Amino acid sequence: MKRTIFSNQLLPWLLLAPQLAITFIFFLWPAGQAIKQSFLREDAFGINSSFVGLANFTALLDSPEYLNSLKVTAVFAISVTVVSMGVALLLAVAVDRMLKSSRTYTTLLVWPYAVAPAVAGILWWFIFNPTVGVMPYVLEVIGYDWNHISSKTDAMILVVIASAWKQISYNFLFFVAGLQAIPASMREAAAIDGAGPVRRFFDITFPLLSPTTFFLLVVNIVYSMFETFAVIDATTEGGPAQATNIMVYKVYFDGFIGQNLGSSAAQSVILMLIVISLTVIQFRWVEKKVEY
Amino acid sequence: MIENRPGLNALAHLVLILGVVVVALPVWVAFVASTHGPTDFMSGTVPMWPGPHLVENYAKMLDTGLSTSGTPPVGWMMFNSLVMALSIALGKIAISILSAFAIVYFRFPLRGLAFWCIFVTLMLPVEVRIVPTFQVVAGLGLLNSYAGLSIPLIASATATFLFRQVFLTMPDELVEAARIDGAGPMKFFRDILLPLSRTNMAALFVILFIYGWNQYLWPLLVTTSSDYYTIVAGIKRLADVVDGLPQWHLVMATAVLAMLPPVAVVIFMQKLFVKGLVETEK
Repeated sequence: MKRTIFSNQLLPWLLLAPQLAITFIFFLWPAGQAIKQSFLREDAFGINSSFVGLANFTALLDSPEYLNSLKVTAVFAISVTVVSMGVALLLAVAVDRMLKSSRTYTTLLVWPYAVAPAVAGILWWFIFNPTVGVMPYVLEVIGYDWNHISSKTDAMILVVIASAWKQISYNFLFFVAGLQAIPASMREAAAIDGAGPVRRFFDITFPLLSPTTFFLLVVNIVYSMFETFAVIDATTEGGPAQATNIMVYKVYFDGFIGQNLGSSAAQSVILMLIVISLTVIQFRWVEKKVEY
Repeated sequence: MIENRPGLNALAHLVLILGVVVVALPVWVAFVASTHGPTDFMSGTVPMWPGPHLVENYAKMLDTGLSTSGTPPVGWMMFNSLVMALSIALGKIAISILSAFAIVYFRFPLRGLAFWCIFVTLMLPVEVRIVPTFQVVAGLGLLNSYAGLSIPLIASATATFLFRQVFLTMPDELVEAARIDGAGPMKFFRDILLPLSRTNMAALFVILFIYGWNQYLWPLLVTTSSDYYTIVAGIKRLADVVDGLPQWHLVMATAVLAMLPPVAVVIFMQKLFVKGLVETEK
């Protein structure tokens, strides 16, 4: 709160006008429309629509396809989060030991942040391409027959790798910052008391890193649930047999390709509720950080 | 480093080198593929070293593109991406800094409500409300235009929060001094606040430029005319071949061109990039 302020009454509204106009036209209004459409069902020609109450929602929860999409989203989000955070933490701990070379390593590790998810998808799609890719060639040597076009597991592994790869650099930067914020004196004291590097990591570093870890957990779940749309669309398009059809992709597919507006809107509303709860969790964390 | 353990240091180097290799692998493979001719992929063995067709492939894509896929030359798509990324980044900074100024330096009725309205944008990613937003943009006649590509993505809660944070840490004496000298709010904004927030704006610009350049779903939906295709959204159209194999060497050349500008921004402005990233997530 500022003690000294300007007293104009009209000027602040003029300053806020562009932001508020765009927020209203492109955010609040469409969100309202999505909520409205989620209670309506259009006829086959899209001319009339009738109020159907919660029918769109109950239909979703009864649909095996949607339940499958929920399951796929959970598996996908957890895998991406665990893989990208695990690798990033390992790299951050290693870089934290470096004195002179840490900047060079950091530069070499952060740039994938700038690669578009769609491009990341295309790159890994090419590497794992069953006919021309590098990886299937290597995997064949050890006796694994890779084919993400027919195998559900392979397709899931492919989109997880592509999504996690892009996110490593982000997690890495935050883990490095988190590690640097831990006072060296604590680790030194533990070292003097005879604790080895592994013990120090689990008893001191990791617990003190928990605010960063928790923050990244939320960010990564949000990332893997929403921003990975492009990865899926550029590679598997939800297939094979719905194996990688995450919720965000299903909203788009049912709405634009399937033209089932009521169902798509109901899915939008469910997703909005998920994002809002994740954002609330994240902001409560900002207010009172996880500390020991 | 707490104590000297050569074994552990060697292990750390090993982990990092392995990490760098894994991180760089897909880009290396793409780059190598983009320097080969169309027949090099038919034999089944994958080239691991660059071939002789680098200049030829890139010149072809930048200049004429792949007309069979219905996409314009890659050079043109890159220009569209640049326009979109710059409009989004500059637009977001402009409207956010104005609204943060209004929220921090004025007291007016419904200030809380206005703040809340902006906060909502944080919660609704475009992927979530995609169908109704598309209908709004179509209704406004903004399909196939630069305005349609950028304006719906311009509202930003994170940027507003960032500038609010920056303004809140500025000493009150600045306003007092400005008022004693007879400066009105806009003069204070232009001559004092803007110059003092220059680094924050630059850091934010780096993050937002990357965000804008990498947009995928939105350009895919609002551009039906190939004149407005952006490179990130256009790349899939290149790879999607109805029958036969994609022309991998040309697709990969496009992929390399698509990541070149944002990656260059991160590498050459690393300090600003890290600052922007850490600040926007506070």
